[in-house]
Amino acid sequence: MLFNHDVVIVGAGGAGLMAALYAKEGGADVAVVSKLHPLRSHTGAAQGGIGAALANEEEDHWMWHAFDTIKGSDYIGDQDAILIMCQDAPRTIIELEHYGVPFSRNKQGLISQRRFGGHTRNYGESAVRRACHAADRTGHAILHTLYDQCTRKGVRFYDEFQVLDLLQTPDGTVNGVVAYEILSGDLHTFHAKHVCFATGGYGRAFQTTSNAHAGTGDGLALTLRAGIPLEDMEFVQFHPTGLYRLGILITEGARGEGGILRNNSGERFMERYAPTVKDLAPRDLISQAIYKEIREGRGINGEPYVYLDMTHVGADILEKKLPEITTFSRTYLGVDPVTQPIPIAPTCHYAMGGIPTDYNGQVEKGQRGDFVQGFYAAGECACVSIHGANRLGTNSLTDLVVFGRRVGMHMAERLRTEGRTKEPLIADPEKRTREMLDGILARQDGENVATVRADLQDSMMKGVSVFRTDETLTEALSDLKTLRARARATTVRDKGKRFNTDLLDAVELQHMVEYAEAIAAGALRRTESRGAHSRDDYPSRDDAAWLKHTLYWSNGEGEYRFADKPVTMKTDEFPQFKPKERKY
Amino acid sequence: MQLNVKVKRFNPEKDSAPYWQDYTVNADPMDTALYLLLKIKWFQDGTLTFRKSCAHGICGSDAMQINGENKLACSILVKDIAKNDGDLVAFEPLPGSPVVKDLVIDQTRFFDKYRAVMPWLINGSPAPEKERLQSAADQEIIEDATKCILCGACTHACPSTWADPNYLGPAALLKAYRYTFDTRDEGASDRLRVVDSGEGLWKCYTIFNCVQACPKEIDITRWLSALKRRAVLEKVG
Ligand SMILES: Cc1cc2nc3c(=O)[nH]c(=O)nc-3n(C[C@H](O)[C@H](O)[C@H](O)COP(=O)(O)OP(=O)(O)OC[C@H]3O[C@@H](n4cnc5c(N)ncnc54)[C@H](O)[C@@H]3O)c2cc1C
Ligand code: FES
Repeated sequence: MLFNHDVVIVGAGGAGLMAALYAKEGGADVAVVSKLHPLRSHTGAAQGGIGAALANEEEDHWMWHAFDTIKGSDYIGDQDAILIMCQDAPRTIIELEHYGVPFSRNKQGLISQRRFGGHTRNYGESAVRRACHAADRTGHAILHTLYDQCTRKGVRFYDEFQVLDLLQTPDGTVNGVVAYEILSGDLHTFHAKHVCFATGGYGRAFQTTSNAHAGTGDGLALTLRAGIPLEDMEFVQFHPTGLYRLGILITEGARGEGGILRNNSGERFMERYAPTVKDLAPRDLISQAIYKEIREGRGINGEPYVYLDMTHVGADILEKKLPEITTFSRTYLGVDPVTQPIPIAPTCHYAMGGIPTDYNGQVEKGQRGDFVQGFYAAGECACVSIHGANRLGTNSLTDLVVFGRRVGMHMAERLRTEGRTKEPLIADPEKRTREMLDGILARQDGENVATVRADLQDSMMKGVSVFRTDETLTEALSDLKTLRARARATTVRDKGKRFNTDLLDAVELQHMVEYAEAIAAGALRRTESRGAHSRDDYPSRDDAAWLKHTLYWSNGEGEYRFADKPVTMKTDEFPQFKPKERKY
Repeated sequence: MQLNVKVKRFNPEKDSAPYWQDYTVNADPMDTALYLLLKIKWFQDGTLTFRKSCAHGICGSDAMQINGENKLACSILVKDIAKNDGDLVAFEPLPGSPVVKDLVIDQTRFFDKYRAVMPWLINGSPAPEKERLQSAADQEIIEDATKCILCGACTHACPSTWADPNYLGPAALLKAYRYTFDTRDEGASDRLRVVDSGEGLWKCYTIFNCVQACPKEIDITRWLSALKRRAVLEKVG
């Protein structure tokens, strides 16, 4: 079928729903197409908080927030966009509150705020309470409220429709998508004036991850295939505290409420790595510290994990302020945080890189201001770049709502000023997708999807996770060549049309190979250590050579190329934003 | 240990009626029930179909019947449903909605009911510059209800819903409670008009199945009782 809308948003997490809500309020006819029912999006999993300098608990300024974000990014976040985000964050949170988000409250009845890693007062002096939260269900509270409001406003939802292709005119203008209706197995074309990708994170390329099964980077693979680059893909964040072996996240809010990391001798080892903020150092530093402890034989019982000790925090705070993670630990490990330390290890958590955009979410095909007409991106799949080489906790939700909102308003504004006329579709827009699916269904023998996926996750974990070297990365890249061929030759057992998730698993696996290669290749090329990208063979940051973004193009056949993009600096106006050594 | 897993299969595309299929699965007592299903799907039978995403009890995708009780598959461990080698673990779709395929149900009606209760904050007063104030104690009134992930375990465990498919059911009514009792909300009378109806609140006979089924341990019946009192007051007052 052919569906016509002004705006088609792909993805219904925090970013997609914000964009939808504000585009709708701006008068656009909006459709949200999502492979999951919106409420199943991974934004619902966000626990600890959303950052904004509301100053509800103590003195705070958006400029301090901006400084922390820039320093946290290891100086390759774009400073213009960061300034916009930190300045926009307070009023955006207030708008969310007015929409009904059930935030936790402080004694004055204001939104309650707590400490989080890397967020400080007065340019690094000490930790500040900046993380607005709804207990440890912040993302859930926001996601549900946004869905409720979109429902109220009449946003049109296409639930369980998986987008499998991005449509362009011969000159590259984006004017629609092709989606597979999971229930019926039918293909549909969505014809739009503006398309926005908000397809979320892609941690599933790694074995241990806090990301949902759906985090397979579809949006990135489709973007690459359209000849559009990806930016800064080498920067993948490992969160320090995943439940050991499972990767399920224990929010940094746990340390914000007083939790302490300890090694096998009970030592609070972060005192050695970050003497000022200790356990509230940014994630890249803590994950690297944990790996060092483990490597040097200080893991618990010689195993690759350490403890997160909450026992001194008290049952009351655990039950009231951290109920979800307390339950996770009890359910999945049989460990009661009230009386026992929680076994934790780093888990693949967040992708700093993604589809390059400006601060209105317009996708750039190379250098700044060179836009792909009709195409926007927002949320974790986008790279604005706010987070640079390392994202601070609570800054993803802030990014989603601030830039989701801006994208929605920007699209609506353009519809008002430029009109609603769409570029004509190419002939038989579903052809490429139909042939791809038919090809998979027709294959009678081939490897099992899960086997190939497990090998991919294993290669990425071994070669491209917290510590990387020329050798591990080269090996991962060579694995990926084979994996691409294997991923294209899998066979599925379900040959039916109805709710065929077997078939979609096969498609998603092919997507995973494409962006995994971008991560590994970018990491091999960047011969320095910065933020979450840590090279054993190039242990220091090299601003002379590498204070810049990476752009990556691929032809999907293992041939790729790179370009550099300068980081936007505002250091003339704000000398405090000049790159310095990162100490905490 | 080795488990005997039974799944109620049904694909309307080709089956005339649901049937049970047996699988043998090696499992660790600390595995989740979801992982049992994934192991089957990934390595034995790709046609087996169910929803899943977050894998830790927050997205609400995988509510289903496990050994006869409504559970989130990702939030229950093997050790809690099987003790010994050869024990039986049975998976069925949630009862009371049409089956799309195997463990996937059609949630259209479930979400129609959600939409019916005006599940959004209604406040026509001009918004202040800052947040609307709400005391921690007032927030606490709705806190438990805001934990709802709309997985459907409650509504599909409710005998009143089974008897009358048009009954709004616990999930939608809980949502009505969540907004009606939010001190920032001004839409109570509109919302109460919807829930104080033949297919609404009064079909809740406090059977407590919903409370038992809720994977987030929400005290649903308590909040529905509060909503009933409010509805009565609204009429009297
Ligand atoms: C466990 C956990 C805890 C976190 N806690 C915090 C926190 O406390 N604070 C913070 O700031 N950040 C936190 N984060 C990070 C943050 O939650 C995510 O970065 C953010 O929610 C991503 O939102 P999104 O809208 O970009 O994508 P998502 O919410 O992941 O949504 C992606 C959407 O895209 C859709 N989609 C994907 N592919 C397709 C396709 N091919 N076709 C159609 N639809 C598609 C999906 O259905 C989904 O609706 C946390 C992350 C995790 C994993
Ligand atoms: S998979 Fe998300 S609740 Fe179980």
